[in-house]
Amino acid sequence: MPGMPGDRLELIDIVSTYNEGGRRLKALDGVTLRVGAGEFVALVGPSGSGKSTLLDIIAGLLSPDSGAVLLDGAQTTAGQRLGRSAYMQQRDLLLPWRTTIGNAALGLEASGVARATAERRAGAQLERFGLGGFGAAYPAQLSGGMRQRTAFLRTMLPEKSLLLLDEPFGALDALTRADLQAWLALLWEQERPSVILVTHDVEEAIFLADRVLVLTARPGRIALELPVDLPRPRTRELLASPEFLSERTTLLNALGILHGQRT
Amino acid sequence: MTERRGLLDRWRWLGPGLLIAALLAMWEIAVRITGTPTWLLPAPTDVGRSLIDDRDILLPNALVTLSEVLLGFLLALLAGIGLGAAIFRSPTLDRVLYPIIIGTQTIPIPALAPLLLVWFGYGLLPKVLVTALVGFFPIVVNTVEGLRATDREVVDLLRAFGASRSRIFRLAEFPSSLPSIFAGARIAVAVCVIGAVFGELVGARAGLGYLMTRAISQFHTPRLIAAIVLLSLMGTSLFALIGLIERLALPWRKYVTASRD
Ligand SMILES: Nc1ncnc2c1ncn2[C@@H]1O[C@H](COP(=O)(O)OP(=O)(O)O)[C@@H](O)[C@H]1O
Ligand SMILES: [Mg+2]
Repeated sequence: MPGMPGDRLELIDIVSTYNEGGRRLKALDGVTLRVGAGEFVALVGPSGSGKSTLLDIIAGLLSPDSGAVLLDGAQTTAGQRLGRSAYMQQRDLLLPWRTTIGNAALGLEASGVARATAERRAGAQLERFGLGGFGAAYPAQLSGGMRQRTAFLRTMLPEKSLLLLDEPFGALDALTRADLQAWLALLWEQERPSVILVTHDVEEAIFLADRVLVLTARPGRIALELPVDLPRPRTRELLASPEFLSERTTLLNALGILHGQRT
Repeated sequence: MTERRGLLDRWRWLGPGLLIAALLAMWEIAVRITGTPTWLLPAPTDVGRSLIDDRDILLPNALVTLSEVLLGFLLALLAGIGLGAAIFRSPTLDRVLYPIIIGTQTIPIPALAPLLLVWFGYGLLPKVLVTALVGFFPIVVNTVEGLRATDREVVDLLRAFGASRSRIFRLAEFPSSLPSIFAGARIAVAVCVIGAVFGELVGARAGLGYLMTRAISQFHTPRLIAAIVLLSLMGTSLFALIGLIERLALPWRKYVTASRD
């Protein structure tokens, strides 16, 4: 199956295993998916279904056992994918010895930009990321929401056209989470990168994404694909609208049916 | 908050200070009551008098020892961090060199001092080398272990952004190993003082170790103990100095420990 024009990313029949105590443990079992240019895709699945493994493969940190990964229609090796996307891992991974500005600049510095330039560009974005006045603070002095915003800024600053976000709101309290979700929706509408957002929050997936993919429990396989037909720009009011609730019912029903099949 | 911590710091010295004062007082009284001769065991006041009266002999020799300690320590620091980084980066060196370095710890390094004396004579060099050899081990081990303790996911984060091996080392691995390197340096500087004195005891023309051998042969016991007092003062000050440099170089650490409380 050749990559279709306009596809930013295409995964074909990805199988991935881990060695665990001599046994081979299958994490992904034939995952096929596509992400268009400027498309926002949410990936939902139970814990251990291979979501982080999938993002590791796309980022180039891991080679799948079999299957193909295409970027802009061209097949790639893991090494060739390094530096092609911006990966925000499950933990914020802020360096304790760097200030907010220093941490935000890290992604740029990693890709070869001089520190002074990188920090100047990070400093110019602090306000927009809700970090104004905290540029010189160390991570240990920041709240959870602030830390996550810093990690977001680090991810966005290199302006990659493919973002991999692994449960970016998972560790936050409900209010901060809602706040940051709306803020991410706005940010995405301004810059329109391709996004894969891993989450196990169904409402978050529907609120943010153009399309929701559901992974089965381990080993992960795409069990369901649900287009989200909700207008943009999306705001918090949308959460109470009948359209949103019907999308949510559809997805929850589908998940319930899946769950019924598993047990 | 900072004020309270400063106050706590001051109170922290009170306990040890009182204990030392009490021990010195008991020592003084015991020597006076038993009438022990000064050459056998001088009273603290005898040592104090020697510190003042013999200062023109003690200070120049202390400076000689201090320069040996500092030169040896710097050498150990450069070699230890350099080799530690090389062992961390090269699997071959890790397999071939690291076990040998660990193995050398079974050699009592100060026992090498006579050999170095034969090779390099009575000057500064053999003392600096003994000092460097004893200081090298804690630094190289703490460098290697510190580098290895780098968060794997941080390394992956930088790899995903396309960072090269050497850039990952500079941005993540080396800075994250610094607390461990400083811990090694603090141990090293203390053993460096011992190393320098050993080097001098074996054969020297200057230094506190040299002064101690002279004082013993002349039954000048107060001066011997005065030299020991200066040595322990030197060790403690250098230890504290490294701690101070660490606090200035790693200002973020106070927040990390504070948030873990
Ligand atoms: N480095 C690893 N070594 C061995 N097994 C792993 C490793 N990483 C993940 N796994 C296993 O692979 C499966 C998928 O993990 P992961 O991709 O982290 O799932 P998710 O992110 O969906 O929770 C899990 O069963 C997990 O235990
Ligand atoms: Mg995960």
